[in-house]
Amino acid sequence: MSDITNQLRQRAKDLLAQGTVDCVIGYAKGSVPMQEKPYFATTPEEADNLVWSGFCVNNLANFLIGRSGKNAIVAQGCVSRNIIGLIKENQVQREDVYILGVHSPGMIDASKVQSHFPGRTITDVFEDGKEIVVRGMDFEERLPRKKFKRQNCFTCTHRNAVLYDEFIGQEGPQTGGGNIDNVAEPWEKLPPDQRWAEFEAAFKDCIRCYACRNVCPLCYCNICFVDENNPQWVGKSQVDADIYTFHILRAFHCTGRCTDCGACESACPVGINMRVLTKKLEKDIRDKYDYQPGLDLESVPPLSTYRADDPEIS
Amino acid sequence: MKNPYLPYPVRIQRVQVATEDKSLRTFDFEFINPDDAKAFEYLPGQFAELSVPGYGEAPIGIASSPTEGDHLTFTVSKAGVVTTKLHSMVQGDTMGVRGPLGHPYPLDDMEGKNIVILAGGYAVTTLRSTMVWLLHPDNRDKYGEITFIYGARTPGMLLYKDLLEEWDARNDVNTYITIDNEVEGWDKYVGFVPQIADQVSPEPDNGVALICGPPVMIKFTQPVLDKMGWTGDQIIMSLENRMKCGIGICGRCNVGPYYVCKDGPVFTKAQLDELPKEY
Amino acid sequence: MPDKILTKDGLDTFIQKLLTDYDLYAPVLKGADHTWSKIQDSQDVAWEFANTAKSPKKFFLPQSERLLHFTNNPDDPNGMIMHEEPGPDRPKTLLNIRPCDAKAFDVLDLVFCQDEQAPDVYWKSKRDAALLIGLACKSPCPTCFCFSVNCGPHHQEGLDILLVDLDSELLVRPLTSKGEAVSADLKKAPQEAVDKADEQKTQAEQAMTSRVDMERLQERTVLEEYDQAIWDRVHESCINCGTCTFYCPTCHCFDIQDETQDEFGHRVRNWDTCMSWLFTHHTSGHNPRGSKKDRVRQRFMHKFKYMPIKLGGAIGCVGCGRCTQKCPVNIDVCEVVNSMNE
Repeated sequence: MSDITNQLRQRAKDLLAQGTVDCVIGYAKGSVPMQEKPYFATTPEEADNLVWSGFCVNNLANFLIGRSGKNAIVAQGCVSRNIIGLIKENQVQREDVYILGVHSPGMIDASKVQSHFPGRTITDVFEDGKEIVVRGMDFEERLPRKKFKRQNCFTCTHRNAVLYDEFIGQEGPQTGGGNIDNVAEPWEKLPPDQRWAEFEAAFKDCIRCYACRNVCPLCYCNICFVDENNPQWVGKSQVDADIYTFHILRAFHCTGRCTDCGACESACPVGINMRVLTKKLEKDIRDKYDYQPGLDLESVPPLSTYRADDPEIS
Repeated sequence: MKNPYLPYPVRIQRVQVATEDKSLRTFDFEFINPDDAKAFEYLPGQFAELSVPGYGEAPIGIASSPTEGDHLTFTVSKAGVVTTKLHSMVQGDTMGVRGPLGHPYPLDDMEGKNIVILAGGYAVTTLRSTMVWLLHPDNRDKYGEITFIYGARTPGMLLYKDLLEEWDARNDVNTYITIDNEVEGWDKYVGFVPQIADQVSPEPDNGVALICGPPVMIKFTQPVLDKMGWTGDQIIMSLENRMKCGIGICGRCNVGPYYVCKDGPVFTKAQLDELPKEY
Repeated sequence: MPDKILTKDGLDTFIQKLLTDYDLYAPVLKGADHTWSKIQDSQDVAWEFANTAKSPKKFFLPQSERLLHFTNNPDDPNGMIMHEEPGPDRPKTLLNIRPCDAKAFDVLDLVFCQDEQAPDVYWKSKRDAALLIGLACKSPCPTCFCFSVNCGPHHQEGLDILLVDLDSELLVRPLTSKGEAVSADLKKAPQEAVDKADEQKTQAEQAMTSRVDMERLQERTVLEEYDQAIWDRVHESCINCGTCTFYCPTCHCFDIQDETQDEFGHRVRNWDTCMSWLFTHHTSGHNPRGSKKDRVRQRFMHKFKYMPIKLGGAIGCVGCGRCTQKCPVNIDVCEVVNSMNE
């Protein structure tokens, strides 16, 4: 990992010094365990703060929207697919982005690690080859990295950047080991009332902070449907019907566009696994339209276009 | 302990369409409980939250003067959810009024001074309250010269026309009513408020200016006053911001450390010069 | 008021006595985090924990709270008159609340009860009736910085009783007449227990690693701080969600809305966040804080500059560190405030 970090810093320095880009959007070391922070390096000196690790849990494509100037951006597979999506949706111009493609190590799921040490304060976590070392106020333990990867990283289909202007480091294995089509299967097997019960249980703790929505590169509407007030589609109080409406509708708005980057689940402060919705919806898109979002600049997302031979959904 | 979120129940006494484009209506309210009328002690410059159950509240400046009796008058522009509903309500309907809120114009400090009022558009509402109060026999003698400059786009957009005629006819107030462009039959002034202010050139000596109007009017009136030598603490402005609680708690209407609802809405220009322009 | 002593074995008796008058809540380990839960005995009460994930502000300012009601019937002239919602039944005791969270309530009292004749009755009625029994911090966690914002691991402001965990027993320090009444039956604490508690306090204060410095920030004028160049960088990674504001024990901004369904109408208040563009958006379309930079700056200016000016020096932050722990993009409040102070 440190090789990629060094290479990344060098290239970022060059790009900034030469004026090829105005800013390099990447990550810098975070001040809390298991979380690097999105970082905007605008000078060669600032480029020395860039890092690339298994704690880069946001989706940097989110920061391209509405950003002026020419920006370089550190992008692994899912992020590069979102950039392609944003270009197709006219939110980002191809010539304004300089993509620094990288291979993703698979991000660590901070809540999985914390669940392994319930109620204890973790002070530091660092990666050591196939293991992660977790330090707390009064303990230190080594854990197998693979077991504590984010679920979406485990079933990743494109770990290497799909579109890039240059590649930092070496391309690595393209998949994460798991089978993405199996993820939605448990839900598909459930009868409707049980499925509803599982859904309710999954979303009951939502506090409507909208971290999931705001961290997602797909959610860039000027006025989100939950913010409209004339008419007001969704209530603002903590009422189940309104909480569910927000999540269900947002999942549908993301359908055919979601790259399963997992930023939403990493952002959620109460640990909601809102991907239960998108995993199933994206599987339907794969099954019925034979489409995966963000793999090329030409194909149009199936829900953004009408074809006379669209499959009948029964 | 009074519950500051509970509105006083009121009944609509009268509704008048106030302007030719029908975007403004003037409402007169009477308190359903006489005790509430006594409790609602207010002064010019204050505002109240008009509470429409089921729709919400809108903070509107009080247009009536306490010298006019127990009823309350508000002129409301149809802008959003609450005010649109309000515009559809009729005489006899019940709703709520919560207040009085905010600080009034500093009428005590203004005693003995010459007062210049500059009003543009429908921001003239609290200045109606002020003028009626100032010109009341109990109050007029406490103040020096009173100059009233008020402009609207067209004659049909002028508010409170009956009062404007009254004031124009008086000899203890200098009235300048202006419209943007020449209109047949209009015999008063023509020009924007800043232009008329320039013509009138009010002297700053022992003066206090109350300005209320849209941002563009204030932007162009300020240089006129600067030219004449008016200082920041002689100029008093009334601000607007998005509000909910109206009592300085919910956190949204602040301009720097101060809440427009609780510490304002009346501020001197000198105070505003030290604060972020978040209004 | 002399300190008292209570063995952990004697906790259940103490709790049973409280239950006759109060509903009792304490931090309990649920899953990976500690959460405020209703308890009937000492069994699940947590003693070794940093802090609860969410702050206890929901007990006095619920996330959604009905203020008024009316029968939504326009044909009935009285149907559109609003009435106050009834208050809560039983007062609450918050056991093992951390000193930072208790001090936050004292700060919020300055906001909610600023008008003596007409305070926020919903906040005040719950506050006045509640009993706060605090648990002093033995070992502050890395994101805590209470000591540099007029608070501390053994801070007493806002508490009725401060408990200091001395392993098998608790030092019980009554701080108010309510606290004294509730601990009247307990034995007086021996001097060694009092000394041990003081030692723990010193050690905890020295163990704090995070700090903020505010001297220059306090001296500067509002506009000097507001116009600083740092704001152009601080806001860049912020995603303007509501996480920091919802987790913060001193954040108190709320929205008021009317909700109707058939013949019911309520005026409700919900937690709101200055991070949202809607917060200050005028109906006309004008937005005084229309840019993300304005909104991010507002949050820090409000807590560290505006509140001290308005509330006689009280800082709008108690150093609990939750915002830093929970922020999806790791905006660190200590880093921001220290750069405000440069």
